[in-house]
Amino acid sequence: MECVFGMVCDGFVLVAADTSAVNSILVHKSDEDKIMVLDSHKLLGASGESGDRVQFTEYIQKNVSLYQFRNGIPLTTAATANFTRGELATALRKNPYSVNLLLAGYDKETGPSLYYIDYIASCHKVEKGAFGYGAYFSLSMMDRHYRSGMSLEEATDLAEKCIVEIRSRLVVAPPNFVIKIVDKDGARVHKWVDSIKDEGAAAVAAALAAA
Amino acid sequence: MASQKLHRSFNFTAFITMSRRYDSRTTIFSPEGRLYQVEYAMEAIGNAGSAIGVLSKDGVVLIGEKKVTSKLLQTSKTTEKMYKIDDHVACAVAGIMSDANILINTARVAAQRYTFSYQEPMPVEQLVQSLCDTKQGYTQFGGLRPFGVSFLFAGWDKNYGFQLYASDPSGNYSGWKAAAIGANNQAAQSMLKQDYKDEITREEAVELALKVLSKTMDSTSLTSEKLELAEVFLSPTGEVKYQVRSSESLSELLIKAGVTQPAAESS
Repeated sequence: MECVFGMVCDGFVLVAADTSAVNSILVHKSDEDKIMVLDSHKLLGASGESGDRVQFTEYIQKNVSLYQFRNGIPLTTAATANFTRGELATALRKNPYSVNLLLAGYDKETGPSLYYIDYIASCHKVEKGAFGYGAYFSLSMMDRHYRSGMSLEEATDLAEKCIVEIRSRLVVAPPNFVIKIVDKDGARVHKWVDSIKDEGAAAVAAALAAA
Repeated sequence: MASQKLHRSFNFTAFITMSRRYDSRTTIFSPEGRLYQVEYAMEAIGNAGSAIGVLSKDGVVLIGEKKVTSKLLQTSKTTEKMYKIDDHVACAVAGIMSDANILINTARVAAQRYTFSYQEPMPVEQLVQSLCDTKQGYTQFGGLRPFGVSFLFAGWDKNYGFQLYASDPSGNYSGWKAAAIGANNQAAQSMLKQDYKDEITREEAVELALKVLSKTMDSTSLTSEKLELAEVFLSPTGEVKYQVRSSESLSELLIKAGVTQPAAESS
């Protein structure tokens, strides 16, 4: 089941998420990207009902770029977090979105930051955070091994430790993960941690080739 | 068909001969491409007490002339021409005060809505723009008259530091190093142009503003009762401060700047 986690490190933030698109007991896809690049220096890792997740993160992304077009200056990570929280809070008493979010960003003045925002519209600035079933394991791993000011190498290592723990202890563990980072140079994919390829598609392609 | 055509051509001649037709509605251009109501609104501001703003490297200075209409009138306890919009933005007004009060309220609401959404102070230009959008609306959507107010906005934000903007009834706004609105604004503007230097300090900016106002005002000697002076600057701790000078400190400033005569015997 879903796992999203992130941590603030030395000059950057790391966000990792599983990449399984699941419905009931079926896995439809194992390369679904659940970490949206909001703008040049922001990442939005999301977990929750997949329709709501896509709808809501795109809504936030479009609003962030609208702000930038209108005003010529980007929103800070803190402002984006509060805006996002506000949208969830308004939706909460009407037709709530079932999404939990980790917002990571890098600002010139404040450096790297990570915000924990859940579907009942709470918002916390954190050093490390996690959502989904994977949180039980990744949080424990981060409690034990995280320290502030970790290098990219140390952070990647810890993220992989978390993934190994999820894979070995969670009954419904997702096979593949993606790790993204955001630092002064922008937001980008850092690494894919795959244990299987999309077998279905490969098999179909092979069968077609043979025929 | 023929009668319709006739009717149209009749209307056309009427348009040319009756130029006053364009005066009563803000929504109609005159054949010369002008909006008379908007121009009249600007005219109204030309008669109002003037206000001057000067931008300096460590703050923004706003100064305004209070017109004393009657000796019997109670002088107001608070400022008449200077208004704080948010912790980091203030404005000076020239024009119809009742119109200004509405716009100031709109601006304050906009600033608070922004902080509610983003938990951050609203960037100064965005605040000015939102207010000017309101002003513009009243020059286009029929049945209403435009707001008869010009503003000087002084503020600070983390992106662009200290800023000074001037806006007029048409909804136009622009950023300035030094600007004047209200009576004699053209004379004041040209004096500012001559005497303004980049790298001016706040203290010098106060002096410049006082000097220009004293020369462009109708009355001969400047006294603290006829003046309002407000400053936006950063405190040593880095917070934005809005401060209005007291009447005593104004008197001192006036003497220091040499723009006032020693108190004459009251007649």
